[in-house]
Amino acid sequence: MKPTRVTLEHLGLGAVGAVLLGFLALPLIALFVTLSLAEFHAGLTNPLVTPALELSLVTTTATVAIVTLFGTPLAWKLANAQGRTARVIEVFFQLPVVVPPSVAGVALLLAFGRRGLFSGWLYPNETTVSFTTVAVVMAEVFVSAPFYLQPAVSAFRRLDPGVILVARSLGALPSRVFFSIAVPLAAPGLIAGAAMAWARALGEFGATLMFAGNLEGRTQTLPLAIYTALELDLRAAQSLSVVLVAVAFTLLSATRYFLRLFVTKNDIQ
Amino acid sequence: MGWVKVFGCARWVVLCYVAVSVSVGCARARNSSRGGGDGRRENTLTVFAAASLRGVFTALKPTFTHAHPGVTVTFNFAGTQTLRAQVEHGAAVDLFASADWRHMRALMAGGKVAEPIVFARNEPVMVVSREAASTVRSLADLATAQRVVLGVPEVPIGAYSLEIFARARSTLGEDFSARVEARVVSRELNVRQVLAKVSLGEAQAGIVYRTDALTARDRVTVVPIAPEVNVVAEYPAAVSRSARSPGLARAWVALLLSPTGRQALTTAGFSLPRAP
Repeated sequence: MKPTRVTLEHLGLGAVGAVLLGFLALPLIALFVTLSLAEFHAGLTNPLVTPALELSLVTTTATVAIVTLFGTPLAWKLANAQGRTARVIEVFFQLPVVVPPSVAGVALLLAFGRRGLFSGWLYPNETTVSFTTVAVVMAEVFVSAPFYLQPAVSAFRRLDPGVILVARSLGALPSRVFFSIAVPLAAPGLIAGAAMAWARALGEFGATLMFAGNLEGRTQTLPLAIYTALELDLRAAQSLSVVLVAVAFTLLSATRYFLRLFVTKNDIQ
Repeated sequence: MGWVKVFGCARWVVLCYVAVSVSVGCARARNSSRGGGDGRRENTLTVFAAASLRGVFTALKPTFTHAHPGVTVTFNFAGTQTLRAQVEHGAAVDLFASADWRHMRALMAGGKVAEPIVFARNEPVMVVSREAASTVRSLADLATAQRVVLGVPEVPIGAYSLEIFARARSTLGEDFSARVEARVVSRELNVRQVLAKVSLGEAQAGIVYRTDALTARDRVTVVPIAPEVNVVAEYPAAVSRSARSPGLARAWVALLLSPTGRQALTTAGFSLPRAP
């Protein structure tokens, strides 16, 4: 049987895509398959793991809460703004993605550190945020906010302007439009963005190390624990990384599953 | 479907070409390493050196190339742990200069390097931020300092710090280690981060190598640690067993041990090896 042109093109596109898929998947697969069960078990029972995992979950949850709480109104404003200022701001909040994380950490120190730009005003009584869990959250918010803002602005832009217009003409106040119409309709995009921001916060390393330091139970998140373990034993670091990847995979796929339910339900209505 | 055949054919041609060129390359490499003694000229030197040696080694490079015209010297500076991993994974290296014996011994045990020679020593010192210079003036004051930063125990400087506290127990009290531990706000992953935290004033005091402390003399106060409690890090250098230029590698070690080399090392804050 002679393959049709359509089948061939499907195969061709699939093959091209498979190159990148393979490139991304192979290192992750290697991370898992080169680790024996005994080594993985030893990694799990490593005393660094539990406090670091707890701290990572607490700080990333706080980060996502802060980013969505402040980021959603900002994204809504930016999506509706017409002027040049809004475009400039939009470019501006993408910059943290470009800045190397350890430089971001230095920048945070220069702004909010003990000798930072605002130290006299922020810390009149000598207590500073550096080396505290608050500093971990600040570092994570700084690096992860762009990953929420960009999808959130796009999600708001995709809304049907007619719906908003009708609501306003029926007398709904801007806050009512925002909370009862815009946010629920854009929710799938917002949730996807929040998941990306969460994933970025979970993997955050450089800015945290620079701004918050590395102390078990207080500022040592999972990536910092992995780096600490790497100094001693490659296998221990590897098994901690497997834990990190597994946690991320579980939470990200749970989000996907939830999103699919949500979208199908909305379509039926 | 002629192109499928053409592709299949091309694949075999490529595979054969790769196989032949690899085997030829291997044979060449074998010949050249064998030819070391019969007048083959060594014209490149690749040195893997601990990050703390950057200043001294780059400063000595002109002297070396002056004495060996036509020779290209290439450096790879990184943490000793990283360098060791690179050498273990087959990186092409002639000379390995380590900041401690642990990684050197591991590479010797693996048959990667041989003939280690200690060429320098580096001693831990306290660095104190400007604001705390009047209150933190000795090792004993670490127990009352507000924010102390150390290296993690997994990196050499962190292990040395703990050893110093343990040795100071007899003079500063059995609980000295515990009292300092209570003041620790962060355990950094390398010496430069300890120094950064103190020079930015985030921490009041930390323990780093003298060579690192000297690079930040304008921002921190250096407080020496008494020799009876201090530990000294030895820096050994060893020639790679698969070196393409073992002669040049030995010449570099000789330069380090020469008056010029010793001068450069002491200027950077290193101390000289004990007389054998």
